[in-house]
Amino acid sequence: MSVIRVMGTETEYGIHAPSDPLANSTVLSSQIINAYAATVRGGKGNLAGTRWDYTDEEPLHDARGWSVSRENADPSQLTDMPPVLDAEQIALAGGRPPSNEFYSEEPGSGGVLMNMVLSNGARLYVDHAHPEYSSPEVTSPRDAVLWDKAGDVVVLQALRRIGRTPGFAPVNVYKNNTDNKSVSYGAHENYLMPRSLPFGHIVTGLIPFFVSRPVICGSGRVGLGTTGRHAGYQISQRADFFEAEVGLETTIRRPIINTRDEPHAVAEKYRRLHVIVGDANLSETSIYLRLGTTSLVLSMIEHGEAPRIELQEPVQALQAISHDPTLQQKVALKDGSMVTGLDLQEMYLEAAQQHCRKHGQDHGQTADVLQRWAALLDVLRRDPMDAAAQVDWVAKLKLLQAYRDRDSLEWSDPRLGLIDLQYADVRPEKGLYHRLAARGKMERLFTDEQIAAAASQPPPDTRAYFRGKCIEHFPVEVVGASWDSVIFDLPSRRKLQRIPTREPLRGTRELTGPLFEQAASAEEFISALLGPESGPDVAR
Amino acid sequence: MATQDRKNVEGRTTEEEYDDVPESPEPAPEAGARTETEGTDDLLDEIDGVLEQNAEEFVRGFVQKGGQ
Repeated sequence: MSVIRVMGTETEYGIHAPSDPLANSTVLSSQIINAYAATVRGGKGNLAGTRWDYTDEEPLHDARGWSVSRENADPSQLTDMPPVLDAEQIALAGGRPPSNEFYSEEPGSGGVLMNMVLSNGARLYVDHAHPEYSSPEVTSPRDAVLWDKAGDVVVLQALRRIGRTPGFAPVNVYKNNTDNKSVSYGAHENYLMPRSLPFGHIVTGLIPFFVSRPVICGSGRVGLGTTGRHAGYQISQRADFFEAEVGLETTIRRPIINTRDEPHAVAEKYRRLHVIVGDANLSETSIYLRLGTTSLVLSMIEHGEAPRIELQEPVQALQAISHDPTLQQKVALKDGSMVTGLDLQEMYLEAAQQHCRKHGQDHGQTADVLQRWAALLDVLRRDPMDAAAQVDWVAKLKLLQAYRDRDSLEWSDPRLGLIDLQYADVRPEKGLYHRLAARGKMERLFTDEQIAAAASQPPPDTRAYFRGKCIEHFPVEVVGASWDSVIFDLPSRRKLQRIPTREPLRGTRELTGPLFEQAASAEEFISALLGPESGPDVAR
Repeated sequence: MATQDRKNVEGRTTEEEYDDVPESPEPAPEAGARTETEGTDDLLDEIDGVLEQNAEEFVRGFVQKGGQ
């Protein structure tokens, strides 16, 4: 019974060049990737662009046991093909290319990058019309916080570089999930689970949890409805964009439970649960509890001990709970009873406490998550406003309310919309989360220095260590990488050497650290790793 | 390029320059309430200076294209 498992997060950032408002968002996103590549090259003399290896991408495999044909898929679902910055991609995103289309400081450097694998094991790439940072695989919610926040530092460094480059319009990046004009973009979570667990158990065990989870970690939003047309404040950024309970899509008819079955690991042993219903968080405690409580609920589901709760109308309930920041809204269960979001969270908390008493706890972080979860629910029940230091939606609401009180603002006032947007600005001097944190008003789990270090250093205890260190040590010879492979091109070997990394808990510092320390060259490294014929299987 | 990397950190240094509003160790209820109000006024003053100009236009201009 533990919060410990292989997990990771993905952040699609909002992107905007205020002085070039019609700029094409795909081109702006590519500027972030290329500016970061230039930053890394500049700092370390490394080539940073690495081709993504799409061999094991299976976005159309459905966890319920079937596949969607390519013809029947929405074009946005075809994430197994390399994005190319061509006329078609640019046209898809609309707008017009900015005056200086492509960010490239070195004309001979091989064109515009749409993808990078970072030395911390993360992936930074253009996903449709947004820059996306996919964190390296970590093994605990605390580490998930650290490498999630590291992504904000990565995009911050990139936008600083663009801002310093003559001829380029400054680019703003927002860690939010909607433009309040009908468009939403995701902040996904990934959890490794055993393949043997029937998918249906995951669905029934998770839906009531996800419907109520924004209460403890939503990011808050000014406006109701997908276009934010109705005045007011709600708990979740994402809730109004969900239309289905279960499904394969992530960009249309968004489901509370996403069934994409793309394990990025040994498929016979594992599934990767791809969670798309969450909000991007600025608050470290919100990220910690989002991942920590979810991991605990998955542990209960794996043991057949999740609370048996059935909602009458899950999608409506998700939205109804989100629309009531007083937390009084009740939703109907199938047995006819009415419960609030807090009630649902307490049912899950009690089940988790019982689950941990029964099986014991294997890690201090499990007890910590349980304790913080319980304390937060207590505070929220007493007075939600007292949770401002921990919970993004409360911190944002408190600030908005202070403005409303001082200046007698209606919810429809554009200044409140601006506060909502600017809360998520990743720049420390402009982002309102950052301003609150600088005043000590947000609870921190890590220092700025720790987060900055995680932008370049991989977690030590997953295959992300192997991936990141390969990029760091052998930037020239590593010609491709993905979650489950690293590809070397060595002059001495006729074929490309594709090192599979399909076991997420191999390739750790413990297993491969000495190899990196001892090898003076990529040739030596690969020989030590694979042997002239066959050798130790450390990374597989 | 190390200089430029250091420049990135400058934003964070700025962040640290803002001191938290000092609170008396065990404030009487009324004093505590006043500190809270003054802290809020001070916070809003700071944020007034940080918010983008022309809120309506800025918010209207933030248009995103499809995402996951």
